[in-house]
Amino acid sequence: MDPMEVVLSAPAEPEVDERTEAEVDEATLADTPWQTIVWNDPVNLMSYVTYVFQKLFGYDKAKATALMLDVHHKGRATVSSGSREKVEGDVSRLHAAGLWATMQRAG
Amino acid sequence: MKPWKRQGRGERVRYVAVLERPEASVLRGLMGQVEQMLTGRNEAAPEDELAAITGIRTGPSTPPDDPVLARLLPDFASSGEEDAGELSAAMRSVNEPELIEAKLDAIATVLATCPAGGGRVELAPAQAEEWLAAVNDVRLALGVALEVTEDMPEQLPADDPRADHLPVYHWLTWLQDSLVTTLTG
Repeated sequence: MDPMEVVLSAPAEPEVDERTEAEVDEATLADTPWQTIVWNDPVNLMSYVTYVFQKLFGYDKAKATALMLDVHHKGRATVSSGSREKVEGDVSRLHAAGLWATMQRAG
Repeated sequence: MKPWKRQGRGERVRYVAVLERPEASVLRGLMGQVEQMLTGRNEAAPEDELAAITGIRTGPSTPPDDPVLARLLPDFASSGEEDAGELSAAMRSVNEPELIEAKLDAIATVLATCPAGGGRVELAPAQAEEWLAAVNDVRLALGVALEVTEDMPEQLPADDPRADHLPVYHWLTWLQDSLVTTLTG
């Protein structure tokens, strides 16, 4: 993961993780198979979608723009992944911003 | 209305625009309509004694019947998932109250900062973000009502019942794009 991403997304998950390394590894394995999908829609602006990706996920402009273009041209893009709880939170924040987002198991 | 402008620096930065009276009136009117729909959805949520005690509210588990509300409050699970219905139902009841509250807060910010008779709007960065979200929600609502498509023309034929309302949609698109550009520029 990009170190910038960790720093910028940190405030969203303020709980202190006191699990041991082994527990974290196990939890990560069990928790990773979810993806956040953003779908194309005719209303959301390209500039706004790029802005939302930067704001919510801490992506730089290049990455946010690439994801926006994927949504626009391919009809959908995977914008984040992780545990079910993390992805559920991401989908909720995308809905608050008005983007059409869903979650699904990876693979 | 002219494009948004950034004024000041650092913590004092403000995003400024001047709205004509009819512009403010249209914007506030549409905000009020979406506010009413969301409030109605909130009030239709099931009464819960536990929620009254704990303060943790539970929302409905089924999507709204109204297509505008359904777009503002979409399902959580991708439709391809085997248990999509069950997942979406569970996540909706947990997340919807908070989601509606966030949308209502954003609308309240617009109504509080846009003078009813038109005039100067001056936004702190956090308020500008709420404007973006609220204007986007109003555009989504209009998008459903006007059946907006990707290649929507600037103007519709005069006999199209949507023809009179489309300019409002395009104006809001311009307003939102101008604010995003000013925020990120």
